[in-house]
Amino acid sequence: MLRVQNVTKSFGALMAVHDVSFELGDGGITGMVGPNGSGKSTLFHILTGFYKLDRGEVFFNRHSIGNRPPYQISRLGLSRSFQHTRPLPFMSVRDNLIAAAPGQIGERIWPLFLAPARVHRQERSLREKAGGILDLLELAPLAAELAGRLSYGQQKLMELGRILMADPRLVLLDEPTAGINPTLIRRLVEVLQRLCKRGVQIFLIEHNMPLVAELCRHVFVMDSGELIFSGTPEHARRDPRVVEAYLGREIHAA
Amino acid sequence: MDYILHVFILALIYSIFAMSLNLELGYAGLYNFGHVAFFGMGAYVSALLSRSGIPVPGAMLCAMAAAGIAGALLAVPALRVTGDYFGIATLVFAEMFRLVCLNERWLTKGPMGLPGIPRPAWIAPGVDGLPGYLLLTAVATAGVFLFVRQLTRSPFGRSLKVIREDEHIAQAFGKNVLLLKIKSIAAGSVLAGLAGALWAHYISYISPADFTLTETILVVLCVVLGGRGTNWGPVLGAFAVIFFGEAVRFLPIPHELHRYVAPLQGMVYGGILVLIVLKLPDGMIPEHRRPGA
Repeated sequence: MLRVQNVTKSFGALMAVHDVSFELGDGGITGMVGPNGSGKSTLFHILTGFYKLDRGEVFFNRHSIGNRPPYQISRLGLSRSFQHTRPLPFMSVRDNLIAAAPGQIGERIWPLFLAPARVHRQERSLREKAGGILDLLELAPLAAELAGRLSYGQQKLMELGRILMADPRLVLLDEPTAGINPTLIRRLVEVLQRLCKRGVQIFLIEHNMPLVAELCRHVFVMDSGELIFSGTPEHARRDPRVVEAYLGREIHAA
Repeated sequence: MDYILHVFILALIYSIFAMSLNLELGYAGLYNFGHVAFFGMGAYVSALLSRSGIPVPGAMLCAMAAAGIAGALLAVPALRVTGDYFGIATLVFAEMFRLVCLNERWLTKGPMGLPGIPRPAWIAPGVDGLPGYLLLTAVATAGVFLFVRQLTRSPFGRSLKVIREDEHIAQAFGKNVLLLKIKSIAAGSVLAGLAGALWAHYISYISPADFTLTETILVVLCVVLGGRGTNWGPVLGAFAVIFFGEAVRFLPIPHELHRYVAPLQGMVYGGILVLIVLKLPDGMIPEHRRPGA
């Protein structure tokens, strides 16, 4: 579904992502781990069009997306969350979801005046869809609350809800559990597993290794802009390169 | 009595002008500091066409179309930059427009301006036509109000607000941010063109000196004072600003100080704008409850 070929991105002298290639098959939850500054988020920004890549190519469902703007990539069915929450604080939780829906007839000017009934019908169906997603996330009691009043963790769940409004094929989550309490983490895990069963593919950056081991069948490890490991979470924990990336090299006395 | 009608006509024309800017500044978060150019374009196009014999309603429609097309054409390059730079690009555009009007004498008669701009045929010229013209501007204002309300209480308006709050999020949602911004500027320019045309046919004489930065500040003040991103805010702001400006005429200012009044007025407007931004950033009609407030 997603194929990354020799992707390279540097900022001045800093090589943020160097010659990274990998492929995500269909289905499942895949993890991306690595120390801070190893290029994981940069890679996500590249995959979703927010950064232009210097070299390489990215294919999503056979579409080349390496140099497309973010909105086109999103419309192909590749949605993402950001590392820090970005709610629309002055809108209700429900409106945050509805606003995220793609293909709204009423975003064009003419239908507002020539076919208001169609616009209205679509609004109603989006409202129902948002309601269903809020039920799934157990956020329904907060639907009318301003998004800015939610806790950090609730906002993260809401952002997952916004992503789901687009019926994405592949979801990229940048540290979905960072900074949220254990109860909400459990809820998030349940939701992710349910989405996975429905056929939504998930690719997430995560530092919580036990969680990665629980959720993911496959994990990639990055260090200093390079992909250093690809395999199961159990193997990752025993791989000497991965251990070295996290803990540093052992110094042998002569 | 005539004077009161005159003030109301001005306030209504400025209401339209302010509502048009609100589409860009209030909803899309685009600080267009050259909005007066589209007001001026509407005024000049409608004046030139009606002076050449085209009926006033037709001239006004052409003026709106011309302003809208110009707005869309400006938007494409200007939106390559964001934030303050967009403000500077539009500011420069308005100055270019004024200089073209000043220098292309074959078309605009330069600094001499265009006199004798007719009113619509059914409205009497001069003071006799005031009630009729008030009616015309009132109907136009109501129409623009309903149009803007329909435009903003919609997925279109909601998406503009998403862009204003967080452009990256809008992109992640799959919204064509550039296209939506261009649409908001084009729609705002069409309505600014209408305001300019109404003004030209009312005042009956226009010159490049009418379309300076001062007018831009005045209309920005109307929007910010009234309340950005609300439907009634710009109307309220326009009435407040125009009535305040006219009230200054009745202050007991000694005759020898009269020549200072006009420049002082501009300074006072600027001062009020600074004060509002610092003390009352949401204006008289705030757009939303603040979370946690």
